[in-house]
Amino acid sequence: MKLDRDNILVQGRSLTFAYEGAPVVKDVDITLRRGEIVTLVGPNGAGKSSLAKLLVGILKAKSGELRHARNCVIGYVPQHLRLDSTLPITVDRFVALGNSARDRGRPALERLGVAGLARRQMQSLSGGQLQRVLLARALSRKPDLLVLDEPGQGLDLDGQGELSWILAAERDAGKAVLLISHDLSLVLSCTDRVLCIDTALCCAGPPEAIVRDPAYLRSLGPQAGQALALYRQHRGGGVVPLERQTGSV
Amino acid sequence: MFDDFFLRALIGGAAVALIAAPLGCFVVWRRMAYFGDALSHSALLGIALGLLLDVDSILAVALVGSAMALLLLVLRRRGRLANDTALGLLSHGALGLGLLTISFTEGLRLDLLGYLFGDILAISRQQLFAIALLGVFVFAVLLAIWQRLLLSSIDPDLAAAEGRSGKVVEAVFLLLLAAVVAAAMKLVGILLITALLLLPAAAVCGLAQTPERMVVLASVFGVGAVVGGLEASWYWDTPSGPSIVVAALVLFVVAQSLPYFVRRLAAQE
Repeated sequence: MKLDRDNILVQGRSLTFAYEGAPVVKDVDITLRRGEIVTLVGPNGAGKSSLAKLLVGILKAKSGELRHARNCVIGYVPQHLRLDSTLPITVDRFVALGNSARDRGRPALERLGVAGLARRQMQSLSGGQLQRVLLARALSRKPDLLVLDEPGQGLDLDGQGELSWILAAERDAGKAVLLISHDLSLVLSCTDRVLCIDTALCCAGPPEAIVRDPAYLRSLGPQAGQALALYRQHRGGGVVPLERQTGSV
Repeated sequence: MFDDFFLRALIGGAAVALIAAPLGCFVVWRRMAYFGDALSHSALLGIALGLLLDVDSILAVALVGSAMALLLLVLRRRGRLANDTALGLLSHGALGLGLLTISFTEGLRLDLLGYLFGDILAISRQQLFAIALLGVFVFAVLLAIWQRLLLSSIDPDLAAAEGRSGKVVEAVFLLLLAAVVAAAMKLVGILLITALLLLPAAAVCGLAQTPERMVVLASVFGVGAVVGGLEASWYWDTPSGPSIVVAALVLFVVAQSLPYFVRRLAAQE
């Protein structure tokens, strides 16, 4: 199959999805390859989550073409877990669900530093703990493609650091990673390619180039340019001239 | 031994409670109480059609309920209506159609109260066997789809992202629900089926650590409600269906308030 030869795991062409008549994703071309971290950025309601759901098969595209490499195992971390409070389930059971190999859960929980929570009820977890468990579960499936919808939410600084380290390790192991994140530091620290989405694809490229792209800045609103300038100063990556900070939009 | 009508009622009722317990848990976990209502309202149409076409009422209700479940799935996926609106539409549409069809069938009007409130004391030997067969079928299917149904109840998106069978599992679950509604109709009547599904599961919320233990506890509570309700209806000469539901309600109140009083007692010492 041609997809496999080019290290391509998922390829979408002119993907379009509409919710109650209004387009949410429009004519998006996207290719995810092994050994690459791709980040979707864009304002709220831009269709980032919908695009990710199209790619993993939760939603069905209204039009366009979507192809997966054969036997592509997907690990998905949803933005929210819908688990109802009446359903009693422990962390280790949740991780084992949907996993054919039973012994994979424990190492994944250990890798995320949450092995101590294994016997706890899912409902008793904090937001950050839940994010770690969700990621551990996705990793325990040994996925070829890892899709994470806002995985940084609720994580403390340690957690965010670990997250970018883990994603980089997965990339280096030949996995494809699709990330949705508003967190600029996460985007800049570990992303290979950024796709800026506002229903349609606005612009695409390596993170350092994309954050200077006027289309990207327009899509994020006036505050983004300033936050970015502050972030560069903070990293010591060259002092940004004052007039560019104020006049960046 | 099945000659004794009270014994038949006890066994049939306990069997229905055992079938209803796991499905009731899933109804609670998936927040589908209204779905249960819609299915049970369609039962009246099933009864009427069954009588007109000379088909056994439990079978006819199961078939109409299945058609209803599939129609709901399609409406929810394709329609513009919100979930609760689509449910209300089908639920009351089926109820209206059912009542209309009944008005054409002379004999049925006399039995209407029995169908609304249940007539477990009049359960026949054949119906007992039908329920037993249904139970074996429901348990076999549930066992086969258990893990996938559990995952899709935790988060349907997660289930859909990890395999293509999520929607099939959901459809199978709804068909099982339709079958159980048909069986439970005899026990507590159309009006109270949802109560029989929900109350035992709700009573044991927070008392179990795993989904399986919650199902086992709900089964025990369900059988307890059937036995308690039937005994009470025997001694006080009350209608059996409502007695069973009230017994389940009493169990719910006791089970949910007992841990609170135990804690308060422990705190005082």
